[in-house]
Amino acid sequence: MTSLLVIIVLVLLAVALWQLTKIFDLTQVGNTSSDDSQVATDNDNNVQGYLMFGFLAFIYIFTIYGLIKWGSLVLHTPASEHGGDVDNLMNITWILIFTVQAITQVLLHFFAFKYRGNKDKRALYFADNNKLEAIWSVIPAVVLAGLILYGLYAWNNIMFVDEEEDTIVIELYAQQFNWKARYSGNDNVLGKANVRYIEGANSVGVDLSDPYSQDDIVVTELHIPKGKKIHFKMRSQDVLHSAYMPHFRAQMNCVPGMVTEFAFVPVYTTAEYRELPYMVEKVANINALRAKKSIELVAKGQTALDPYTFDYLLLCNKICGASHYNMQMKVIVDTPEDYKKWLSDKVTLVDEVKAAKTPAPVDGATGVDSTKTNDSAAVAKIAMK
Amino acid sequence: MSAEGHDHGHEHEQEHHHKETFITKYIFSIDHKMIAKQYLITGIIMGIIGVGMSMLFRMQLAWPEESFKIFNILLGDKFAPDGVMANDIYLALVTIHGTIMVFFVLTAGLSGTFSNLLIPLQIGARDMASGFMNMISYWLFFLSSVIMVCSLFVEAGPASSGWTIYPPLSALPQAIPGSGMGMTLWLISMAIFIASSLMGSLNYVVTVINLRTKGMTMTRLPLTIWAFFVTAIIGIVSFPVLLSAALLLIFDRSFGTSFFLSDIYIAGEVLHYQGGSPVLFEHLFWFLGHPEVYIVLLPALGITSEIIATNSRKPIFGYRAMIMSILAIAFLSTIVWGHHMFVSGMNPFLGSVFTFTTLLIAIPSAVKAFNYITTLWKGNLQLNPAMLFSIGLVSTFITGGLTGIILGDSTLDINVHDTYFVVAHFHLVMGISALYGMFAGIYHWFPRMFGRMLNKNLGYVHFWVTAICAYGVFFPMHFIGLAGLPRRYYTNTNFPLFDDLQNVNVLITTFALIGGAFQLVFLYNFFVSIFYGKKSVQNPWKSNTLEWTAPVEHIHGNWPGAIPEVHRWPYDYSNPEHDEDFVPQNVPMKPGEAVLHH
Repeated sequence: MTSLLVIIVLVLLAVALWQLTKIFDLTQVGNTSSDDSQVATDNDNNVQGYLMFGFLAFIYIFTIYGLIKWGSLVLHTPASEHGGDVDNLMNITWILIFTVQAITQVLLHFFAFKYRGNKDKRALYFADNNKLEAIWSVIPAVVLAGLILYGLYAWNNIMFVDEEEDTIVIELYAQQFNWKARYSGNDNVLGKANVRYIEGANSVGVDLSDPYSQDDIVVTELHIPKGKKIHFKMRSQDVLHSAYMPHFRAQMNCVPGMVTEFAFVPVYTTAEYRELPYMVEKVANINALRAKKSIELVAKGQTALDPYTFDYLLLCNKICGASHYNMQMKVIVDTPEDYKKWLSDKVTLVDEVKAAKTPAPVDGATGVDSTKTNDSAAVAKIAMK
Repeated sequence: MSAEGHDHGHEHEQEHHHKETFITKYIFSIDHKMIAKQYLITGIIMGIIGVGMSMLFRMQLAWPEESFKIFNILLGDKFAPDGVMANDIYLALVTIHGTIMVFFVLTAGLSGTFSNLLIPLQIGARDMASGFMNMISYWLFFLSSVIMVCSLFVEAGPASSGWTIYPPLSALPQAIPGSGMGMTLWLISMAIFIASSLMGSLNYVVTVINLRTKGMTMTRLPLTIWAFFVTAIIGIVSFPVLLSAALLLIFDRSFGTSFFLSDIYIAGEVLHYQGGSPVLFEHLFWFLGHPEVYIVLLPALGITSEIIATNSRKPIFGYRAMIMSILAIAFLSTIVWGHHMFVSGMNPFLGSVFTFTTLLIAIPSAVKAFNYITTLWKGNLQLNPAMLFSIGLVSTFITGGLTGIILGDSTLDINVHDTYFVVAHFHLVMGISALYGMFAGIYHWFPRMFGRMLNKNLGYVHFWVTAICAYGVFFPMHFIGLAGLPRRYYTNTNFPLFDDLQNVNVLITTFALIGGAFQLVFLYNFFVSIFYGKKSVQNPWKSNTLEWTAPVEHIHGNWPGAIPEVHRWPYDYSNPEHDEDFVPQNVPMKPGEAVLHH
């Protein structure tokens, strides 16, 4: 496939260059005299005018083709409460964009075709018209005012978290190249933390003498309950990272030296989201592709790919180093009961540190580690290089 | 040394002309036309490097971790053992591609070339206000280019923290190998580049204000000059801020200060930094970074205005509105930088403010787009290659600009921030548009620069393949961005979720490779035509502006006799009171001739 493509490109290029050299040679005759032969003639205008019209068709067909072929790839059905507002605004904006795009591209390319030059023609001297210009200043202004107002309304709802609100406070902790989550425990207040407290099992730098930190729990797989507002506080220990949860329409950078925040209410459990028709179709499509690739791999003597089941993800979306492309954490939305059960099984950080100190030293964080396999695979891959 | 001042007599100029040696004529020249050519050729060479890099990382994205011999040849055994691209060099390629294209090609290559060539010629001046400073400006640019290219050969690899070089990643070699010597050279190169850019900009502003010929009022300036003039002002306002950011970053890196760093634990130890903030760096960076978009784009739009009017044989529609929109864009461009930082952790209230100012920019942009379209209406379009690229620019400017409404809206930006949607958006609206502007300018003013014509048929082939490939690359890219695919990922194979995007990536890369390869057609046309192109007539496009009243052969001081005097605006095309369909600016008004525009 690859080599085929390279060959096609090379052949095309060779043909093109050969053709072009020929054209070039032909036009070099009488190179000492100056004339207008390199200025567009009526014939050129004609050909190029038609090509402009053809290009308009290309833009339209390509757009429609893209919408049909790739439209199903884009994120669908937000998994958070505010996501509905975001997608709604997005759809309104798309309608506007497609309308303006359709009209302006037609005008531009059609005019380029319709008014292609001709020796016998003369252009219209039309230098200005205040009315027209007023129209196309005022219309965008009015339309944009609407968008701005809706956008700001949604933005304020999303970004300003009321401290009085009943939320679950969870810390997302970023480091090269993995994520951890710290649950605030029964008091719903995170204990004080700073990278200067990092030591052994206390891998996220919690001040263990702080009373609020006594019930904090550190894990490497994020579980959140459906229907409850989750108030994320983000920290980073080394460089900038960005906590990106596309299905929840949520993103916030993690900045060393400060705490950033984002809050949302998940509205589908992982199990429910997997059952959405669009997701069923998407996963089937992905698995078909993976099955095809597996056949190739097996033929080469490598292991086949596992079939894919959907899980929400937290991705790093700010360049953070060589393995940026593999910094992820699984996010699981449980029913409130399951969430409670899951959390009650977890050991607090204080106990973890104690346990690590007394018997044999254990390094790193404990807990359910879903990304560990991935991580070590990536590390092995890097090491191989 | 700046003896070639504008008011020197003609005989004196000739004298100087004869005394020139090879070195003063071709290397340390203080003639604006030669400096323009130096900028252009340096810009083209940097462009070859920048575009070439994008071909390499596009191949990696389409066929991740496959072995290509070309990788091994170009990147070496360290970064591409057995022809498989390593993950850190991928980031380095992305970083240097961005840096080179934004600064070295589309700022220096575009502005440097056409501001230098056209400002004195179009306003009727013998040369720049300070020819000597102009020369220094070019040579500093050359030096910074050399340093940037040298940084590619540093052992640990060149800077690889993205062209935005956000600390702490760019400050700590422990975080990424490219933040060692590679980053140091990057910063030095940029500091020199900024000095070069400032000298150039000061020169442009002073020249436009002081050296206009008799009759050349500000409202008779061609829109090219307005664009270059305002661009230079934006540069003077914003580039020093990037310089200060770069200097403070050098301090943090080398002298242990904490301007941008705080509370860092890396490689098993706590670093001493305390109290700084990376968000501060982001503010400083984007205070230049956003105006930079317009530093790149406005000259391209100015060039387009001129070419569309000339080739439509019509006045540019709404000349004053065009000037007003350039000024409005310039002003707004300095107060919108925060839209790059909606999710940076800054106070969300700032997000509201920046959403408001950002979306305002759509208004002058819409005015410009509609005015271009109206200029075509009932024109007599001469579809030369330059004209095609200008129409292409309007097309990509609209397509790319419209998605700006999504990114400029803080609510919508949350989910598409730093995805391929952003990559698609800015490549269309500033990358491709500005490149089209540069190509249009080269096709249009090549005869003015080299006294010869570019081959038009090669130009047509170049345009059509480029136009199709540009849409072919960046249109599908919107979809993979909307699917949530983050940018700057070495490969997506660790995310089965994105497996269905891989076919799209292959398509994008295919278009990119074809489009990239066809730029060779342009290079061939360009370099061959310098020596063997058709000799140009004095005014091949039948244009009104003053540069075409100067003789084809370049002379010091531009005009052999007196400087032409200006009697009318530059857009008297198809004026019904004249028989010819163009009336150059130096043609006196006929007795009783009315001014037909406002």
